[in-house]
Amino acid sequence: MRLGRLLIALTSFVLVSLPAFALQPPTGQSEFVPVESLPPGDQLPAAPLLVTAYAFVWIAVVVYLWSIWRRLNKVEDEMRALAQKAPRR
Amino acid sequence: MFFRTAWLVLRKDVAIEAKSWEVVTTTLFFAVSCVLIFAFALVKDGRAVGDAAAGILWIAISFSGTLALGRTFERERYAETLRALLLAPAPRAALYTGKLMGMLALLGLAELLLVPLVALLFQASAMFSRPLLLAGLLAGGTVGFCAVGTLFAAMLVRARSRDVLLPILLYPIIIPVIIAGVRGTAALLSAPPDEPTAIMWIGVLTAFDIVFVTLALWTFEPLMTE
Amino acid sequence: MRKAFGPIAVLAGVMLVGAPIMVARAPYESTMGLVQKIFYFHVPSWFAMFTAIGVCGGASLVHLFRNNPRADRIAEAAGEVAVLFGLMGLVTGPLWGRKAWGVWWQWDAKLTIALLLEMTFISGILVRKYGGPGSDKLAAAVGIFGLAVTPFVYEAVNIWRTIHPLTSVVPTLPASMGAPFWFCVAAFMLLMVLLLMVRVNLGKRQAALDELYLAYED
Repeated sequence: MRLGRLLIALTSFVLVSLPAFALQPPTGQSEFVPVESLPPGDQLPAAPLLVTAYAFVWIAVVVYLWSIWRRLNKVEDEMRALAQKAPRR
Repeated sequence: MFFRTAWLVLRKDVAIEAKSWEVVTTTLFFAVSCVLIFAFALVKDGRAVGDAAAGILWIAISFSGTLALGRTFERERYAETLRALLLAPAPRAALYTGKLMGMLALLGLAELLLVPLVALLFQASAMFSRPLLLAGLLAGGTVGFCAVGTLFAAMLVRARSRDVLLPILLYPIIIPVIIAGVRGTAALLSAPPDEPTAIMWIGVLTAFDIVFVTLALWTFEPLMTE
Repeated sequence: MRKAFGPIAVLAGVMLVGAPIMVARAPYESTMGLVQKIFYFHVPSWFAMFTAIGVCGGASLVHLFRNNPRADRIAEAAGEVAVLFGLMGLVTGPLWGRKAWGVWWQWDAKLTIALLLEMTFISGILVRKYGGPGSDKLAAAVGIFGLAVTPFVYEAVNIWRTIHPLTSVVPTLPASMGAPFWFCVAAFMLLMVLLLMVRVNLGKRQAALDELYLAYED
């Protein structure tokens, strides 16, 4: 019974969403085209953006790992404090 | 059994509301003031900017809806009736459906007031030239909003910070519904009305509705069990 | 699972050091030039985020219907990791767009819905923090609904008009760009798995602490 309902829901979903896929005007770039070297006017201005992007990724990972490390230390400290408080259990 | 339970829940809510009409009147009044604020914020040289009418309509619907959701379930929490409902030997999904129908009725009432008001204040009466499409957009969007909203409001009844958590949880999930609603309404407001686009957006909304209502029915039971 | 941690960490480290080298040797793209190289970190971050969202959604489903605390920990960790990789995508994207399109942000569908996904999973973190007892189930629901919205994100580029490169870019990559790209994808996936394991471990220790407190109360 449940499976039947699920099937009905899935089929109606697919049927009803079909019109949405009928209207597709693509204007974005559809392929990347590789090139050996850059035209001269284009070389430097992009570098700071590129560096910032990569640097951000690295820094984000490091910050996240540090935050986990900090929280873990707090938990371990509390566990040690508890263990000390009740050693005879 | 299922629909009977849902119907009973709806009747109960309507009966309670009919005593004071508190939620209905405050929601309607809030919807009107919301539109007025936008009217003052977005009108330039006596005309509204661009597609403002479509956007304002849907913003007013979502803000009034959020308030109405909060108020409706606050009442349940206050009288502890939700626990009583959950103890009843009725399928949980039916409780959800009853609550959903109540919210749909309330928001539908608000829209009956909002749509003419927005059309009046923002010279947007063009949307009435295709009343069926407009009704389809509004129905699709309202069902989507209420489906997720009712679920989240019900599950937040016992949480802390529930007032601010409802919009925080709800808005990111239903904004795709709002986008579809606004784009569809804007299509109806263009000259001439862009029917194929509006129909496409109604299709998208219906897809959302099917997915979200199914998901909500499915997860209501485990969410309410603690 | 724990035994695998060491080797995965080493492998991820090596790959992440090798990635910039491979990226630097990749050819330039004809219309976008140097700045297109952000692509090698931008798209893999989104791949990693979508995978994390998938893990979170799956674990949320298990926890919601089976009441499994381990699934809950995985869902919590995956949610945080998804927010992290989403943040990387949302920062690297505008940096690329500033040069390629001239604007920091565009309200086109893919960007908008990507931002919404990020907000959804941040709200999941918030609900765990401030929702009080029972918020694990609420966060699970948020994770599931976030997952349900995800397919609409991927299709969004192909439905609306947009200046964001189409999803057909990746399958049509030439080999000289494909190699560093898939290398970076693998590196990011490894990184995601690594971070997930570390975060789940934290969750386990926190759960053990809670158990200790409860036992102590007796």
